[in-house]
Amino acid sequence: MSLDYSEDMVQFTREPQLVELDDLIAKPVETNPSKKYFLALTFTASLLLIGIICTGITFYFGIGTWGNNQTIGWAFGITNFVFWVGIAHAGTLISAILFLLRQKWRNAISRFAEAMTIFAVMCAGLFPILHMGRPWLGGYLMPYPNSMNLWPNFISPLVWDVFAVSTYFIVSLLFWYLGLIPDFATLRDRSKDKIKKIVYSFFSLGWRHSNRHWRHYEKAYMIFAGLATPLVLSVHTVVSFDFAATIVPGWHSTIFPPYFVAGAVFSGFAMVVIALLVVRKVFDMENIITLNHLEKMNKIILLTGSMVGYAYLMEAFISWYSGVHTEQYSAINRAFGDYAWAYWTMVSCNAFIPQFFWFRKIRRSIPAMFIIVILVLVGMWFERFVIIVSSLSRDFLPSSWTYFTPSLIDLGILIGSFGLFFTLVLVFTRTLPVIAMSEIKGIVKGAQPTHNGGAN
Amino acid sequence: MSRSNKLHSVAAIFDNPDKVIFAAEKVRDEGYKKFDVNTPYPIHGMDEAMGLGSSKIGFVTLFFGLFGGAFILLFMWWSLALSYPLFIGGKPFFSLPAFFPITFETAVLFACVSTFIALITVFFKLPFNNHPLHDTDYMKQVSVDKYGIYILLEDEKFDKDKIIELFNSLGASSTELIYQPKEEKYSMFQPKYLIFLVFLAVGTSASTYLMLNKLMYINPFNWMEFQEKLNPQESSLFFADRRSMRTPVNGTVARGFIPYPYKGIANPKEVLSNPTLPTTSFLKLGKKKYLTFCSPCHGNFGEGDSRLNGQFPNGPTFHSDKVRNFKDGMIYHIITNGQNSMSAYDRQISREERWAIVDYIRVLQRAKNAKNSDLEEIKKEPSTND
Repeated sequence: MSLDYSEDMVQFTREPQLVELDDLIAKPVETNPSKKYFLALTFTASLLLIGIICTGITFYFGIGTWGNNQTIGWAFGITNFVFWVGIAHAGTLISAILFLLRQKWRNAISRFAEAMTIFAVMCAGLFPILHMGRPWLGGYLMPYPNSMNLWPNFISPLVWDVFAVSTYFIVSLLFWYLGLIPDFATLRDRSKDKIKKIVYSFFSLGWRHSNRHWRHYEKAYMIFAGLATPLVLSVHTVVSFDFAATIVPGWHSTIFPPYFVAGAVFSGFAMVVIALLVVRKVFDMENIITLNHLEKMNKIILLTGSMVGYAYLMEAFISWYSGVHTEQYSAINRAFGDYAWAYWTMVSCNAFIPQFFWFRKIRRSIPAMFIIVILVLVGMWFERFVIIVSSLSRDFLPSSWTYFTPSLIDLGILIGSFGLFFTLVLVFTRTLPVIAMSEIKGIVKGAQPTHNGGAN
Repeated sequence: MSRSNKLHSVAAIFDNPDKVIFAAEKVRDEGYKKFDVNTPYPIHGMDEAMGLGSSKIGFVTLFFGLFGGAFILLFMWWSLALSYPLFIGGKPFFSLPAFFPITFETAVLFACVSTFIALITVFFKLPFNNHPLHDTDYMKQVSVDKYGIYILLEDEKFDKDKIIELFNSLGASSTELIYQPKEEKYSMFQPKYLIFLVFLAVGTSASTYLMLNKLMYINPFNWMEFQEKLNPQESSLFFADRRSMRTPVNGTVARGFIPYPYKGIANPKEVLSNPTLPTTSFLKLGKKKYLTFCSPCHGNFGEGDSRLNGQFPNGPTFHSDKVRNFKDGMIYHIITNGQNSMSAYDRQISREERWAIVDYIRVLQRAKNAKNSDLEEIKKEPSTND
């Protein structure tokens, strides 16, 4: 085993030619999709349709169709919101933080992860709007001069959320598009089809791969990465403030920001691994997205999973150490109360199951990691559910204590959000290059000059 | 793209990055200024080889980031501390830590969006889809796996043959002459374009009209303005009296109110005694309420010379012996209960304000019949003419 950390990871199982890379990456975009693709699209679109129907029912009859009640006012709606925002964070971590850390292996997966960021934020953004019940009043969240002279309450964490998530969406989208511009240019120069060429020319903005542009481009890319890094940390911190800034026992806790960020990266990486496993198989990209890449991802899952497990222990410890009766009760209630089933699902999926990744064999075994990351996603969804529902179900007023049962509409909207996400992912794989061509070419062997003065 | 015979530049293709970086250095050393290198991905060290400094894009980010943060912070301070202060448990209107999250997010938003816009429009000067390089073999190769250099016609040292010779000596695998594209002319008054504009205008207005006035109000979209609940003053079959609202039980006393014992008695045998002290601020309150509620009929100085004279039964003067001999409680009684054509004011003027009016009427009466000793008192004090 090599312990020399200055040595770079082997990026490709077999060093490719640059043209080969282009052909491989552009193939899904340039060829007609197979029957299997349409089958998959039909499946995800059906899930999406379920979501659309349930959303329609929600708008027609109101929030009363959900399982929410007087005590538990935030249930599936906010659980799903936090879950999807968390999924989004992996993309920015890969594209920005790993970029700043000069991790070359990110080049193969960054485009895909960034796309997932954008789609996940779209899914997340739906839920607060649905939860409003009167979605057309959402405009009041933005400060605009209105006839009532009212402004949003800027010191409310819920308004911080609006600013954080919308900024995050816009910045991710720009970052993503910036990376796509050179690839659009490459696709433009490859395409023989007239209409495709017009579309690619439009989106490439007439990019010429000019070095006088590259130098600004690289600097701007660095700046974007530098700004996106604190941004991504701030977004989930602000999401955790929705809870931490209240006084509900089980929510009022200073560990929430780091705990939420670690959990977000954890679940996001799990989602990226699932999607990459499918994509590399379907599009024959095993040479570019190698087992080495997946192993690195699994290591991060192991790390963040352990951080989340630590947070569970620390939450229980602090509630005992605080000496506050209600806090102690809320911790005991979580583990042994009505929601014990959800709590232990969460602990086993998030803290115990990822520990299998200590073994190299399991880290590099595709079936094993597939099962583990799916369980991680289940566990992370339950984490948000436990935090939100079990805390609210036992608030300061014992006469209002109650139990939450989701309605079919709740479940339908949750399923619909997965449908939306995977439909967007599928459409993305066929319309845009899933690997950043201009980035992956730069790390092929011999792609960078040796600076030996041009001697061959 | 059809080409004219005007030369734009001379381009050369190189096979590997080492060659192109060496060639770029040589081209620069030869004294060419207007040249560029095209590579499918950024190449390390090319900026130095071409003699380019570092990018200035960071200043845009810095400026707009600081501007965005400062702007939103000031805006939030203005809106929550000045324009519409929110009282939340007596906390300060503007306490900095609570405003950090939004300041930070907005600073990042401004920084990123401005960087992006500046990068595309100012630094790249894009979109530029009819650049002469597009659709050339040169471009098609450098966007995949080849590396190219081209020197522009505008360069002072431009000499076609010399440049080709230079490129060949540097190991170029091929050279290419790039010509300007033919100028294409699009007339604004092409029928196709005009028809398109008309369709666009009609389509946009029709769909906007339909959307805003028809579709948005098709059932069930009444925007929850009509709800299945009863409002006060509506009729309902639920209760025997067919009113939706419930009237209070007889004898109900509203919060903050005390029943008046002589209500409805024209000339009570006894009246309340004045519980207030005629302090300056209290008299000022009395003056304000007097001018609001009493002066329209009784006149600003209580002389019964109102501005409604002739249009309305005239209010009597307060300076008659009868009124001057009233007890305070009697004046209070008349305000509370009404008298003759004057209606009761107990619903419009609060208990305290009625006593203040009584005190102010006493002031008016005293002023009309001032004694010499009063004048001396006034001379001692500074003017209180307000």
